[in-house]
Amino acid sequence: MRALTKKNLLILLSILLTFGVVEALITVGIINSFYEITIATICINIILAVSLNLVTGFTGQFSLGHAGFMSIGAYVCAIINMHMNSTVGFLVGTLAGAFMAMMVGILVGIPTLRLRGDYLAIATLGMAEIIRVLFLNMEITNGAAGLNGIPRYTNWIWLFTFTAGTIILINNFIKSSHGRACISIREDEIAAESMGINTTKYKVMAFAIGGFFAGIAGALYSSYFYFVKPDLFGFLKSIDILVIVVLGGMGSITGSVIAAVALALISTFLQSFTAVRMIVYAALLVVIMIFRPQGLMGTKEITDLFKFKSGKKEEKIQ
Amino acid sequence: MSLLTVDKLTKSFGGLTAVSNVSLHIDKGELVGLIGPNGAGKTTLFNLLTGVYVPSSGSIRLEKDGRQKELGGLKPYHVTKEGLARTFQNIRLFKDLSVLDNVRIAMHQNVRYRLGSAFLHLNKYHNEEDELIAEAERLLDIFHLSHKKNELAKNLPYGEQRHLEIARALATKPSVLLLDEPAAGMNPNETAALTDIIGWIRKEFDLTILLIEHDMSLVMKICERIYVLDYGMLIASGKPEEIRSNKKVIEAYLGEDVNNA
Repeated sequence: MRALTKKNLLILLSILLTFGVVEALITVGIINSFYEITIATICINIILAVSLNLVTGFTGQFSLGHAGFMSIGAYVCAIINMHMNSTVGFLVGTLAGAFMAMMVGILVGIPTLRLRGDYLAIATLGMAEIIRVLFLNMEITNGAAGLNGIPRYTNWIWLFTFTAGTIILINNFIKSSHGRACISIREDEIAAESMGINTTKYKVMAFAIGGFFAGIAGALYSSYFYFVKPDLFGFLKSIDILVIVVLGGMGSITGSVIAAVALALISTFLQSFTAVRMIVYAALLVVIMIFRPQGLMGTKEITDLFKFKSGKKEEKIQ
Repeated sequence: MSLLTVDKLTKSFGGLTAVSNVSLHIDKGELVGLIGPNGAGKTTLFNLLTGVYVPSSGSIRLEKDGRQKELGGLKPYHVTKEGLARTFQNIRLFKDLSVLDNVRIAMHQNVRYRLGSAFLHLNKYHNEEDELIAEAERLLDIFHLSHKKNELAKNLPYGEQRHLEIARALATKPSVLLLDEPAAGMNPNETAALTDIIGWIRKEFDLTILLIEHDMSLVMKICERIYVLDYGMLIASGKPEEIRSNKKVIEAYLGEDVNNA
């Protein structure tokens, strides 16, 4: 294993530090239950944004249906968890939800991913709506009223584990040959195909992986907020996730993380000014897009900004 | 022995027949030129050979491991896997990726590690990625590009972009290399250098090459045989000296009999 390079050690250290600091703040009581909700939102949004970034930012497939995958994870986990009220039930539910979302990603991806740009966006939007309407009409999901009293197993430790896991796994994927195949589709689909990349396969793969992690985010959501209903996962939720990705930078995982944290903090801060809240929020987005149209990070990662002078020069992926 | 056999290949777009009844063959190790006036159907023929277009009729067969494999109707990535690689007339590099990544992406079809290793960065991943980088650098060395491996492809000068396209095509480990106007936009010095490189990689990689080119100095110098297309039809084929004096070819390029006008 070559896991112990200087860079990896630094990353590991910062991960542990983040966990430790937040854990300490919670224990001491500086972070009260109100801010804990913000933290949960941040973690869930990071998972959603990073997974959507794989599909839209790295593979270049514009998707407006990410909330659909999220809802599958949320409902599957909730239903399983309500029948199996234990941590094991929560974990089984989370994984089942993620797999279910992934399967739907594959099923939907195969016919729709031959579409490009705006057409694909509309198709994915339609997919998410179909999923929402299905949950609205099924008995097991209790229709429009939604599911109530879902046992709460999501806590800071699980949130952190899944968030860090998602970032590491997706980052690893992107830095592999399979990930580069996905990126080549964004760059030039015809050239990619001529270089031996089965573009359909890698588009569906990106969609499936994106769906999987969105499912995890949904599961964490339902288990944290006790309650899910179809309305939560509508068109607007998909847009919210897309905003994070675009704001952070299409093709930058660090960007998605920073944008998810920043937007949640801004949103929390503005809660005291209810009247102007949405106006300020929207104006802020407009201003950022005018001055940083490529997003906060562009396609750069935070690790690109530091030069690591270990034995080997670090490769720039972007 | 014929490596690539094209038999009565036709492609029509609606009422327009861009390639009509073209039959040609390329033997193993040959360097064959494909010339013709603008709009003669050369690039369409390339697109048919590489799977970008599906032929209206006719067949394309590639010999692989002693067997004839039909390529007509296969997807481009599948054709590349069978051993046919190409460059593009209007450069199609992955512009916003590094030079190294451009080459590594073309190597992907021969990568053996699977998704598990990709997600977890297991030993297999590290070992193979190291091999990939070493191999990519070897390829880039040929084109004197390895010192620029971390630059973005779009920041390379034009001539080097052309070179990178060839390096990228070679990274797919082809048996037949199709070059679509590799010297387009190059000055005579650059063209001369490119001529040398093409000759060299052909020997080094045991390649069979088909190239489209307008620069006659390059075509006449390195091609052993030449096919001439005009209005989608094959009007002549033979050795460079035969083509040079072929009446039909002169007519196609210069218009009908100038002396009698």
